[in-house]
Amino acid sequence: MPVVEVQNLFKEYSGREVLKDVSFRVENKEIFVLVGPNGSGKTTLLRILDLLEEPTKGRIFFNGQPVEYSSRKRVILRRKIGMVFQQTFLFNMSVFDNVAYPLKVRGEDERNILEKVKGALELLRLKGFERKNALTLSGGEAQRVAIAQALVAEPELLLLDEPTANLDPMNASIVEEAISQVNEERKTTVIMTTHNMFQAENLAHRIAVLNNGRIDSIGTFQEVFGKASEPLKSFTRLENVFHGFSKITEEGTSLVDVGEGLQIEATFKKAGNTMLYVPPEDIILAPQPLFSSARNTFEGRIVQITDMGHVVKLKVKVGGKTFVVQITKRSFNEIKPSIDSKVFIAFKASSVQKINIS
Amino acid sequence: MLAGDGNMAESIFWEEILSITLLSLRVSGTAVLIGALIGIPVGTVLGFRQFKGKRILMRFVDIMLKSLINTFMGLPPVVVGLLVYLLLTASGPLGSLGLLYTPTAMIITQLIMVVPIIIGVTMSAVGSVEKAVRERALSLGATERQAALLILREARMGVLTSIIVAFGAAISEVGGIMITGGNIRWWTRTLTTAIVVETELGDFPMALTLGAILLSIAFLVNLALTIVQLKGARR
Repeated sequence: MPVVEVQNLFKEYSGREVLKDVSFRVENKEIFVLVGPNGSGKTTLLRILDLLEEPTKGRIFFNGQPVEYSSRKRVILRRKIGMVFQQTFLFNMSVFDNVAYPLKVRGEDERNILEKVKGALELLRLKGFERKNALTLSGGEAQRVAIAQALVAEPELLLLDEPTANLDPMNASIVEEAISQVNEERKTTVIMTTHNMFQAENLAHRIAVLNNGRIDSIGTFQEVFGKASEPLKSFTRLENVFHGFSKITEEGTSLVDVGEGLQIEATFKKAGNTMLYVPPEDIILAPQPLFSSARNTFEGRIVQITDMGHVVKLKVKVGGKTFVVQITKRSFNEIKPSIDSKVFIAFKASSVQKINIS
Repeated sequence: MLAGDGNMAESIFWEEILSITLLSLRVSGTAVLIGALIGIPVGTVLGFRQFKGKRILMRFVDIMLKSLINTFMGLPPVVVGLLVYLLLTASGPLGSLGLLYTPTAMIITQLIMVVPIIIGVTMSAVGSVEKAVRERALSLGATERQAALLILREARMGVLTSIIVAFGAAISEVGGIMITGGNIRWWTRTLTTAIVVETELGDFPMALTLGAILLSIAFLVNLALTIVQLKGARR
């Protein structure tokens, strides 16, 4: 029996549809990862699963039982769920008291509390932090305390909203280890969101791609990202992923209308709803219009420049869409682009990769 | 003049200053204490989100109530003094109680001033943590009641702030208690009203000593406030 089953879920906020006909099942002991751009509805979905919000339409089952929204039933169910918000919020008390809180509200006795808090703190490598005030911690430490809070009552289901989004690699790896450990040892089912493709590949048993409130694709990492998975892995964020309606041209290529008047030509042959990916290192940047064989040439404006050592990443806004372009330090120094300046980007139709949508 | 007389005059000088200081602390302290007993529960209830309700009427009442409290937070003490005077004066509705020109009349005057301050500051302290604390507490398995208790606990620094701010306003207030207390020597003369009268009489050593004491109390109040705010700060 699936731990969570979501059927045809809709969520509206003052007329705006945030989730549209979302359905999926999460099996026992599974790590289920939701990926998707900002604003795709990931956080809303987790908040609904934590019963903090009610769906506008649709049904949710926990262990086969339909969710009821009376305040008594909510508390009973929530006590089987642990959740970590994207924005860490700790209480103005010691680390120990913060982590003990979920046990205290459940009425557990002192000895149990002492033992379980100790275990949770050790799992997140927070030994020695017990007596510190939680508000004095660094961002990474605070997030680890928040995860310890969510785990301490040994929930059946753990919900994590971008648990490592703002963490340095050290803190992030502690968090990732804790997640896989509770999943393996306590058999805790995990539903989490992430922007980090590495993390998605490392942790996820299955992935769902959420886009604009809809689930585009569900499956293992390989099934979902297929051929695009290799280059995608080298980037931590879902960059240059576009979504649109594709038509096959007379030449047998595909022309994908990704909105905002932007059409991207690709050598793959696919009609209908398409998700595609343009590797940032395959995009050419030039100060003047390009006369090249590249089928996709656009005029844009530089909005961000990030020096990454040997390479430089630039964000180029074309209409309403943002492309991430990666060029070498040498060509950066030759072109010397500056923020807000007009540039041209170009990439071949054969560079455009298809992401499989179920 | 004999040396003994000088000592006598000196000791009376300090005795009067002590009595004035103690009366000031007693009047303002009692007003704030009673004010806290009324203001903290009311401010807490108003700070809670659920109270706002979704109906338009409830929202309207809520907005009016809060605007009114904010207005009363800046109530001119002289006006309060005048109204209390009219209530307590011999021909007034409560004249038979004989409270005019007593410390009790002064406490009532300052109570009316500090209650809106305590309600207003408590309300915003509770309101500012309410949503985040409630959601986190519920999500960690708390019942609504347990979450409400935690919200109060998390707002404690703000509640303490409301008391300190109210005391600071009360101890330095002059217009209201001048009218309702009458500034009677050895009876209803406080630090502020004494400074007014001693300055008028040209007794500057007395006025300056009282001024220094008042300033010291104000400094201690603000020191306490700063410490509270530093402790309650979220990064």
